[in-house]
Parts: sequence; C-alpha cells; structure tokens
Amino acid sequence: MNKPLAAAQAGAARKGLGGKIVVYLLLILSALVMLVPFVWMLSTSLKSTQYVLNPVPELIPNPVSLDSYARLFELFPMGTWVANSLLVAILATAGQLLTCSMAAYAFARMHFRGSNLLFLLYLATMMVPFQVTVTPLFILMRNLGWINSYQSLILPQVFSAFGTFLLRQAFQAIPRELEEAAFMEGASHWTVFTRMILPLARPALATLAVFSFMGSWNAFLWPLFVVNDPNLMTLPVGLSLLHGEHLTEWNLVMAGSVITIIPMLVVYIFAQQYLVKGFVTSGLKG
Amino acid sequence: MAGEKGFRKTLWVIFFLAPSLVGLLVFMIGPILSSFGLAFSSWDPLLPATFTFIGLENFVNLFADPNFWAALGHTFAYLLGFMPLVFVTGLGSALLLNRKLKGQKFFRAAFFMPVISAWVAVALLWAWIFNPEYGLVNFLLGLIGIQGPTWLFDPDWAMLAIIITSVWKDTGYHMTIYLSGLQNIPDEYYEAAAMDGANAWDRLRYITLPMLSPTIFFALIISLISSFQVFDQVWIMTGGGPAGATSTVVEQIVNSAFRYNKMGYAAALSWVLFLLVFVATVIQSRLQKRWVYE
Repeated sequence: MNKPLAAAQAGAARKGLGGKIVVYLLLILSALVMLVPFVWMLSTSLKSTQYVLNPVPELIPNPVSLDSYARLFELFPMGTWVANSLLVAILATAGQLLTCSMAAYAFARMHFRGSNLLFLLYLATMMVPFQVTVTPLFILMRNLGWINSYQSLILPQVFSAFGTFLLRQAFQAIPRELEEAAFMEGASHWTVFTRMILPLARPALATLAVFSFMGSWNAFLWPLFVVNDPNLMTLPVGLSLLHGEHLTEWNLVMAGSVITIIPMLVVYIFAQQYLVKGFVTSGLKG
Repeated sequence: MAGEKGFRKTLWVIFFLAPSLVGLLVFMIGPILSSFGLAFSSWDPLLPATFTFIGLENFVNLFADPNFWAALGHTFAYLLGFMPLVFVTGLGSALLLNRKLKGQKFFRAAFFMPVISAWVAVALLWAWIFNPEYGLVNFLLGLIGIQGPTWLFDPDWAMLAIIITSVWKDTGYHMTIYLSGLQNIPDEYYEAAAMDGANAWDRLRYITLPMLSPTIFFALIISLISSFQVFDQVWIMTGGGPAGATSTVVEQIVNSAFRYNKMGYAAALSWVLFLLVFVATVIQSRLQKRWVYE
C-alpha cells in the first residue's frame, strides 16, 4: 500500500468516526427534545398539587404521588370517558373494516360498468376537507335527534374513502388464479371474499385497523361538535373540558393527558409497522 | 371471466358496494352538497324557520369582515413558520436515521411518539411547557439569562408557540415520509459517487435531493394543506386569542357555527378553505411534472 493512499484511508476513517459522533450527538439531542416533554408530562402528573408550581422545575417528582389520578377520577367521569373512547374507536374501526373491505372487493375483483368513475368519486371526496362537511353533518345529526348519542359519534366514521382506497390496492395485488379455481368449483363471491381475499390481505387490514383506531381515539373536532353531555364525551373532549375548569391544576391535566396517550403507545409497541405504513399511505392519498 | 354473470353478478356488486355507498352518500356527498347550498343561505339552528336563500350575501359579508382577513393572515403566518421548519426537522431527522445505527428503533420511536399522541394531549402539554412562570421553556431560557415572553398570553408570541408545538408533533410524520423516499434511492448511485470522490455535501446536493424531489414536493404540499386546516392546537392552547391573535380559518368556522349559530356563514367559510386546499392540490399536480426530477 502506498503512503498517500494509506493516509487518505486513515483520514477517511477518522472523518467517518468524527461524522458518526456528530450524527449520534444530533440524534441524542433531538431524542431529548422529543422525549423530555413526555417525561415532564408524566412527572407533573405524579406530583401532588402543592409541588406542581415550582419556579425550578423538577423532572423527577419528589415525593411521587398518585393523588392527581385519584382526584381526576373523583372529580370527573374519567372512567366513562375512557369507556366511551374505547367503545367508539372499536366500533368505528370494525365498521370501517367491514364497509371498506366489501367496497374494495367490488372495486378490485369484480368488473362492473362505471367502476372507474365511481372510484374516482371516492378519490375526489378525499380532497374535501372535513371542515366542509362538518356543519351539514352536525345539522343532519341534529335533525335525526342524535346530538349526544353514540350513533352520531360512531356512524360518520364507519365510512372511509381512504380505507377503501388502501384495501383496493392490497386486493388488486392478490393473484387471480386462486379465485378462478374456487369459482370453477362453484364458490360464491362471499366465500371467495371471506375465505381467500381477506386472509391474504391481513397486513393491509391491520394497517387500516390501527390507523382508523388511532384516528377515532384521537379525534377532537367531530366529538366536540356532537356531544356536550359529559357522560357521552370521549377522552379528548373531556380533557379539553378539564383544561377549562381546572386551568391551574396542571397535575390533573397532565394525568388526563397521560391516560389519553398510553393506549396509543400500546398500539404503537405492538403494531408499529402497520401504523407507520398507514401514515405513509395516508400521505400518498393527497 | 369467472364468477356469476348478468343479473346475479349485478346483485353481488350491489351487495358489496351498498354499505360503503350509503356511507358515501349520507356522510360525504350529501353534506358536501348541502354545505354548498348552505353557503348561499342564512340559517340559525335555534330558529328552524329562518332558513332563507340569500345568494352571495355570506361571501360578501365574509370578504368585508376584518376578522376573516385577520384569520386568513394568521393561517398564512402559521404556514410560513410551520412549512419550512417541519421540512428541515423532518428531512434532517430522516437523513440522520437513514443509515445503520445503534438504537435506530429507539430514535425512530422517539420521533414518532408525538405523531401518535392525541392533539388535545399534546396541546395541553405544550401549554404547560410554555407556561410563563413555571414552564420548562422559560426556565431553560432563564438559565442562559433570557427573560422569556409570556408566550400564549402575548399576541406577538402566541403563534410562534403554536408553530413550535406543531413542528414538534409533526416532525416524525414527515420523517417517515422522507425515510420511505430515501429508501427508494439505489445504493449504486452513492457507490459511484464515492468512487468519484464526492463528499457528503456533494452526495446530498447532487444525488439525495434531486432523487428525493418528488417526496419533498409531496411532503411540502401535505404540510401546506394541514396548515390551512390548523385547528385542534389553536382551540386548546389559545382559543384563537389573545385578542384574536391566533384566530385561524377553521377556528372561525367552528365559532361561527357553534358560538354564533351562523351556519350559512360557516359553510361559506368552509368553501373558502376548500378553495385553498383545492388550489394547493392543483398546483401539486401541475408543478410536480415541471419541477420534480424523476
């Protein structure tokens, strides 16, 4: 090995190491920026009220107290809010999976006249911001007498153009040979749909499931519109109410925030790749 | 073609489409059409008899309303801050993470945590962090001898606080989009460039950015559209205040509809919003062909 080359390689290695250190430093710094607020949320929620307003913030609560959680459940129907959020999110997700997968089957696997035009209509509705439909939707719910009801919270979420779009793509990717054999043997569309297409499209269904669960769990604007009875509120709406009433009791507010975030964290831990896939695809719809 | 033919097949198509079509008609098409009708009407939900067609009056009132122009101005102020910042943090974190690293999963999860958190919880958290007296931000500023502003209580600083919060929340989302774009760039390009002695900056400038331009363009449009629709964080953190300094278009829609019961006016506002989003989408599809290297 000649000298200049060896020197150049050593230089590159040194630079590589230096670069690596810079990369790690930047990453650690940004991870701190992302995570310290969550630590601060948790630690505030674990302080009793007299320790919250401290000019020198303490990231580690001393003493640790579950007081704010106890008071939160005492003063507000927290249990009801959690149950409402779960019920709405689970039913909305189940409904969305059913309607979207059925429509996606028709679009992807059955040739019928006008299918392209109809699908274009689905895509077009994705461009309309929710804020355009929210006022008439509210009026509709009001005329049906559904203000302060589970129907009004759940039903509008059961339909999704995005979900149909996502599942149609997945269904189209499944080879046709399988079902042709099944049809030869006299299988119905329903059998092919439930026994072949749905099992083969499990990853896409999981993506839609976690994504729509998250959308429903975190939703704020629509539940804020249609529910004002505290017993029917979902967590985010209840949380915003709590903020208004207990403005200065940040330990209560942060305890409520922790409770709101934890279920999504659990979903992320167990279904990370599906959630990420959902976000990437949801971007692509634009 | 396999499967049933003719009438039976039509029945099957109807069977599979019906649940979704009912939803599409009742929850999308119907409301879109009635929103359009509503925009040209006056209607107070407390007095059902007052539904009247008033032509362009809502739009005339809208364009004469200084609050509307202020809200539009704030929405653009938000956009001008949010878009470039989330571009830098999103692309930057993607570039940092697009390599073999120890703890990669941990770092990605750290960026992703705000993305999956409910906006309401995030907005409350940052309202607390920006608390003038006991919040983290002003404490840290105090450490380096700066007396921080009162943030959400100061008309000059409230929007910046909302922008910072939004960038913090959305960085991981944009990172994810950029990462999926980066993974589509073939390694051979970098290997060839390394052979030619290109340094890191050259590689970024002449390979990564041009190859990533469709993704960048696309992510910018997403952040543009989400900027037009900014609401949750404003509603929670400031309620449009102080003194209307952070009032945005969607915040005005909600207030017109539910605080002032002006449904027609709210619908008109929402169509102005639609127009903004629509123009952004058209620009995307038009300019993508011209600007983007593919």
